[in-house]
Amino acid sequence: MALLEVDKLNVRFRTPDGEVHAVRDLGFSLERSETLGIVGESGSGKSQSMMSLIGLLASNGYADGSARFDGTELIGMPVPMLRTVRGRRIGMIFQDPMTSLNPFMTVFDQMAQVLVHHEKVARKAARKRCIELLEAVHIPEAAKRIDMYPHEFSGGMRQRVMIASAMLCRPDLLIADEPTTALDVTVQAQILELMRDVRRDFGTAIILITHDLGVVAGLCDRVLVMHNGVEQESGPVDRIFYQPQHPYTRKLLAAVPRLDQAEIRRLASVDASGAAVGEAQPATGAAEAHAAMPARHEPDRTAPLLLRTEGLHVHFKLAPETLFARSRVLKAVNGVSLELHPGETLGVVGESGCGKSTLARAVLGLVTPSDGRVVLLGEDITGKDKKAMRVYRRDMQVIFQDPLASLNPRMTVGDIVAEPLRTHYPRMPRPEVRSKVAAMLERVGLGPEHVNRYPHEFSGGQCQRIGIARALVLEPKLVICDEPVSALDVSIQAQIVNLLMDLQAEMNLSLVFIAHDLAVVRHISHRIMVMYLGRVAEVADRIALYENPAHPYTRALIRAVPIPDPEKERNKPHAPLEGELPSPVDPPSGCAFRTRCPIAVERCARETPELRRVGDHLVACHEA
Amino acid sequence: MLRYSLSRFLGAIPTLFILIAIAFFMIRAAPGGPFDAEKALPPEIEANLRAAYHLDEPLYQQFGRYVLNLARGDFGPSFQYKDYTVTELIAAGFPVSLKLGGSAMLLALLVGVSAGTVAALRQNSRTDHAVMAVSMTGISIPNFVMAPLLILFFAVYLGWLPAGGIGDGSLRYIILPVISLALPQVAYIARLTRGSMIEVLRSNFVRTARAQGLPERTVILRHALKPALLPVVSYLGPATAAVITGSVVIEQIFGVPGLGRYFVQGALNRDYTLVMGVVVFYGTLIILFNLFVDLVYAWLDPKVKYS
Amino acid sequence: MIGRSQTVPPADGAPQPVKGRSLWVDAWNVLRRNRAAVVAGALILVMALMVIVGPWLSPWDYDQTDWDNVSIGPDLDSRHFFGTDALGRDLFVRTLHGGRISLLIGVVATLVSLLIGISWGATAGYLGGRVDHVMMRIVDILYAMPFMFFVILLMVFFGRNIILIFVAIGAINWLDMSRIVRGQTLSLKHKEFIEAAEAQGVATFNIIRRHIVPNLLGVVVVYVTLTIPQVILVESFLSFLGLGVQEPMTSWGALVNEGAQEMGTAPWMLVFPAFFLALTLFCFNFVGDGLRDALDPKDR
Repeated sequence: MALLEVDKLNVRFRTPDGEVHAVRDLGFSLERSETLGIVGESGSGKSQSMMSLIGLLASNGYADGSARFDGTELIGMPVPMLRTVRGRRIGMIFQDPMTSLNPFMTVFDQMAQVLVHHEKVARKAARKRCIELLEAVHIPEAAKRIDMYPHEFSGGMRQRVMIASAMLCRPDLLIADEPTTALDVTVQAQILELMRDVRRDFGTAIILITHDLGVVAGLCDRVLVMHNGVEQESGPVDRIFYQPQHPYTRKLLAAVPRLDQAEIRRLASVDASGAAVGEAQPATGAAEAHAAMPARHEPDRTAPLLLRTEGLHVHFKLAPETLFARSRVLKAVNGVSLELHPGETLGVVGESGCGKSTLARAVLGLVTPSDGRVVLLGEDITGKDKKAMRVYRRDMQVIFQDPLASLNPRMTVGDIVAEPLRTHYPRMPRPEVRSKVAAMLERVGLGPEHVNRYPHEFSGGQCQRIGIARALVLEPKLVICDEPVSALDVSIQAQIVNLLMDLQAEMNLSLVFIAHDLAVVRHISHRIMVMYLGRVAEVADRIALYENPAHPYTRALIRAVPIPDPEKERNKPHAPLEGELPSPVDPPSGCAFRTRCPIAVERCARETPELRRVGDHLVACHEA
Repeated sequence: MLRYSLSRFLGAIPTLFILIAIAFFMIRAAPGGPFDAEKALPPEIEANLRAAYHLDEPLYQQFGRYVLNLARGDFGPSFQYKDYTVTELIAAGFPVSLKLGGSAMLLALLVGVSAGTVAALRQNSRTDHAVMAVSMTGISIPNFVMAPLLILFFAVYLGWLPAGGIGDGSLRYIILPVISLALPQVAYIARLTRGSMIEVLRSNFVRTARAQGLPERTVILRHALKPALLPVVSYLGPATAAVITGSVVIEQIFGVPGLGRYFVQGALNRDYTLVMGVVVFYGTLIILFNLFVDLVYAWLDPKVKYS
Repeated sequence: MIGRSQTVPPADGAPQPVKGRSLWVDAWNVLRRNRAAVVAGALILVMALMVIVGPWLSPWDYDQTDWDNVSIGPDLDSRHFFGTDALGRDLFVRTLHGGRISLLIGVVATLVSLLIGISWGATAGYLGGRVDHVMMRIVDILYAMPFMFFVILLMVFFGRNIILIFVAIGAINWLDMSRIVRGQTLSLKHKEFIEAAEAQGVATFNIIRRHIVPNLLGVVVVYVTLTIPQVILVESFLSFLGLGVQEPMTSWGALVNEGAQEMGTAPWMLVFPAFFLALTLFCFNFVGDGLRDALDPKDR
């Protein structure tokens, strides 16, 4: 008998706007010790379907259908009985470890309660078991840390604590709802490795809910693809990835940029109904699902540099916590020099705390550098005041990460896109402004009939298009893109990336593309700069960086990124980078990466490595 | 935590200083007041004044003297009650006010927190709506309107409770004043608790506790209650100030011989020193209490306690 | 991200611009559905109308004594709709007159605190850093002062000047307003659309005008509506203590004071003004709550 058998599961929500049918007729079965990946974009119903199993739906939600767990029907089970299942036979871990642990209780209190309640263990004995489990998830100094509060742990460690708590009673099934989405790539690799260990040691079945196809390829035995509450396809992981049957699955696979593919293919895009948009794809597999791409726009490397920074430093003084504490310095950007040619895309990649966003703001002049220079079109614009900067801003624009937050909710779309024109060309006659706005909106794929609408009436992808229209209406030479697609679903992400690349070709734009997703960055960039804790680790062109990474951090980063290819993932040596990202307030001496570097030597603690040329790369490492 | 306490404590000092300074200079500036050179005073008061205030000294020295006296608990002589010092009057009136105000705060906390919690647990039910409606009334009807109505109803019509005074100090006499004083705070604390509890119950860590199969009682009492009550703890400072302010009027209505009543009488009779003394006394009390509440809050929040 | 608009597919000829649905319209719709708030709002308008027009409907003046009808209850024959007080003055007219004063003080003092509070809070929030720190420290210190006592002292020492009353009362409430405005300005300052405007080179004045102020209005409207009842309460409190407006002018607080003293023998003197006062406060609070739900839903 299967461990879990779901049949005709429906989840509905009663809202003031009517009833929302979030999950329709879902059905699957899960064997013991099997790992099932449920994949879908936002709104696919993947989370809600699993929440309904253990009765954690919001108060306005209800489920009907059948979900038999080890023979017992879960749907409709009275809550007191569900409580004997929750935590004891089915464990659950959530996406955000920061907020999923109670900040007012020690880790021990939170974990012990579970044992005391389910297994009637005395607190003392419970303590021993909790420590054991914390050690099993590789929390260093578990016996000491167990009495600490959640805020004293880092994000990755908190997720380990969550996993440990969920495994306390050795449940038969672990439901993991986007467990690594909020974590940095290298930490994600650690947690995925941990989940493999847990599976091996405890024999637990796992349902992994995620939007990340790479994660699924590496961890799951079977995959179920959902879209708009409906199952699109399900089957063994190899078949899904290598021989997808359903058009939606194929499009999804084709829309994901892949780290291991050098040649550019146009990312397929999927519209709201799941149908393919634009590209004709008769292919059957992910590896072949790409149409011929028009020749990629190449930068002009003979022309003078468009943008250059020299030894840029941005240091923030942090307000002292109390009257007597010393004020601390946050070295967000700690000596960054970069070059950008006209028509080129420089990708800037790094994990949290690496300073990439601060770098963007320093280049834009939104934040004054503490040291170093920013040179735009041959002119030094460092630290210029608002009035002086005005004229340069015509050539340098920005696109932000959060699509809705980057638009003023009280202005119409037309006004938003027109504002740059009104600011820089105040004498431009109104009809001309209007026609330019309309033309720009059309260019980014929004009809001019949207001109009087407000941002909150649009989807995330559409808002990002409005942001792009606003950035490009002045026809700038340089656009800084600060994580422009991180907040979007995979298929929408593909649309926006395609749009940016088309616009670049049309307008000979230079882009600084900042992101933490290596695969996307590889796809869109010509050259890539890898940052770690405010410094540049390596700079190389898109092919050289991935085929031959010179810096140990780059190597670790590339190794950590999950590839949507089950065979490759299985054969990858799983040795994730150890340790945590140090705090930018208190970086390690010498080379900032040395605390986690597998080839660090004594010199690395004394001397900060400079960026130097090694072959066709620029690397900052003593051992490169 | 120690550093935090120290810095908060030091931060309170300028506040105290400003309070005393305002009090001092206000009384000096009052037209028709004892320090108004144009006013002709009866000779014995003038003699008292000179003796107490050293009016021939430069102003800053007088101020310093005033502060020193305050530190010794000497608020100066009363104007109205010629045989008493302000200190004696405060010592007489404060215990009464303390009993009244303290009981009111306790009542407000007990009833307010319980009502708010119950309303949150039964969100959008009839109980919830009832609690919200009653608390809205409590906030909207000023206590000096409620008090006479209560007297009208319970004392005049029903005759169950006395209409005023403290009589033999028994419970019967303080029931109505305490309720009148507490009512607006009960209402506000109930709403605050309800809102806070609802938000905490929606938080991710409560979801985790439920997903772990913990019984609902544990989830509410051990996981939700403490975070939900933090805003109430923060509110204790302003609440005390409100109760003190309210006591001024409640003591007047019920004829309770507390500090508030002395203050009002003093204000109407132009007993400047008494009035200043009460202001400084109560003001200091509020500042110190706020400091105490701040420290309690920091102690309860692990992020501050263990940073 | 939930998109609620459908792209109008281009038919023959250019598609016509669709009218957008601004956030104000959305908020208005939410408010309209809140029946309690709508009723309360209507009552406020009725109340305002009554206090302005009402006294003209009565043959009596607010300071006119009717020696034949001293301390009588509501009586239609003599046209004393609410009865008279101990000096034979008509309570109906006095209540409405008191209403004029109370509401006037409520609105004007709120405007005073609004002006001070917004300027202080927005400046502190936008400039940030040192300036913000100092300005908010001052607010913290003032917050700890027993304001009511100081106001009472002011009334005692400097007499019961009506301008002083306005200023004193307004000065009590600006602290809350400034904190709210500062908080909102701070959170706006870091929003990406402000950064986008700066990156475009929009002048500071225009940033404040186009981007900051419209997004502050919501919060301000809510708190103005909630401040008015507080101010009326403070004024009533002072009047109750005998420290408010001078005789023969009256306000609801003063009337409640008189009524409380006579309540054993003439309860109508207490009930009518108390009812009007309580109802007004009640309604403003309801409308304020409703506005807060409509404009700032996460606060519930």
